[in-house]
Amino acid sequence: MVNRAATDEDDAERLLLQRLRNGDKSACAQCVERYSPALYRLALRLTGDAAAAEDVVQETFLNAFKAIDSFEGRSSLSTWLYRIAANAALMHVRRQQPLMVSLDDMFSDDDKLVPQALFDWCCLPERDFEASETRAELERAIRELPEKLRVVFVLRELEGLSTDATAEALAVSPDVVKTRLHRARLWLRERLSPYFMDRALAGKEG
Amino acid sequence: MDKAQCERLLEALSDYLDGESASSELCAEIERQLAECADCRVVADTLRKVIALYRSLPQPGFPAAARLRLYQALGLEAFLDDECPPEVQ
Repeated sequence: MVNRAATDEDDAERLLLQRLRNGDKSACAQCVERYSPALYRLALRLTGDAAAAEDVVQETFLNAFKAIDSFEGRSSLSTWLYRIAANAALMHVRRQQPLMVSLDDMFSDDDKLVPQALFDWCCLPERDFEASETRAELERAIRELPEKLRVVFVLRELEGLSTDATAEALAVSPDVVKTRLHRARLWLRERLSPYFMDRALAGKEG
Repeated sequence: MDKAQCERLLEALSDYLDGESASSELCAEIERQLAECADCRVVADTLRKVIALYRSLPQPGFPAAARLRLYQALGLEAFLDDECPPEVQ
């Protein structure tokens, strides 16, 4: 059975694309309205800076509208926009933190992440997980993910792109996306476990 | 966490937790390993919890002032509509 919602979505995008190619300003506005919140979230998660994220979104649309004729439609318009935005955001990070990126480049997809944190903190009361301090710690941990893992993690897990769309946006294979997502999750678990362990032990002492 | 079975579980853990592409045979093997190995159980339980936690994080919004500047930068001011929340003075 044909997925009607997906087909309608495809038709709407094809129509929008045609209007963009014709230089239709209202189509540009429609495109901006539709995709800017998601591109802003992506840029913010990758750069960690609101002003930089805003610049990245502007740059993404300026470049996309300029290059719209070269967009071949092999991926969806949104995936193409994610790709431009991710590249722009990573360029920004590299300009700001060249040393950090060179360390990230040493991270290999073949590296084994052997779990070290083996304390079970799942039993913490729900209020500990819901605390604003816990959310801030999670956000910090996501910002500290090695770049190769972070970009996959944000697209796949926080923006909800499929494995294939994430692979297209980053020009890597679907297997690489799956491996990096798995490693990102294990990395976050390892990074966050001491924080939760401290809370669990503090709770017992209290 | 040094046994071959633990490593095998670790490799397949994301697929297992996502309910993706794991054969019923592999699922049974993973569940057996989780029942037998306390360390594997901790890793699986805490990983599941980490996934649930970041999925429940609130999504950052696109600030109205940034939206306005974006429309201006792209020469699209004419299309700013009433849906845009008023600027905070």
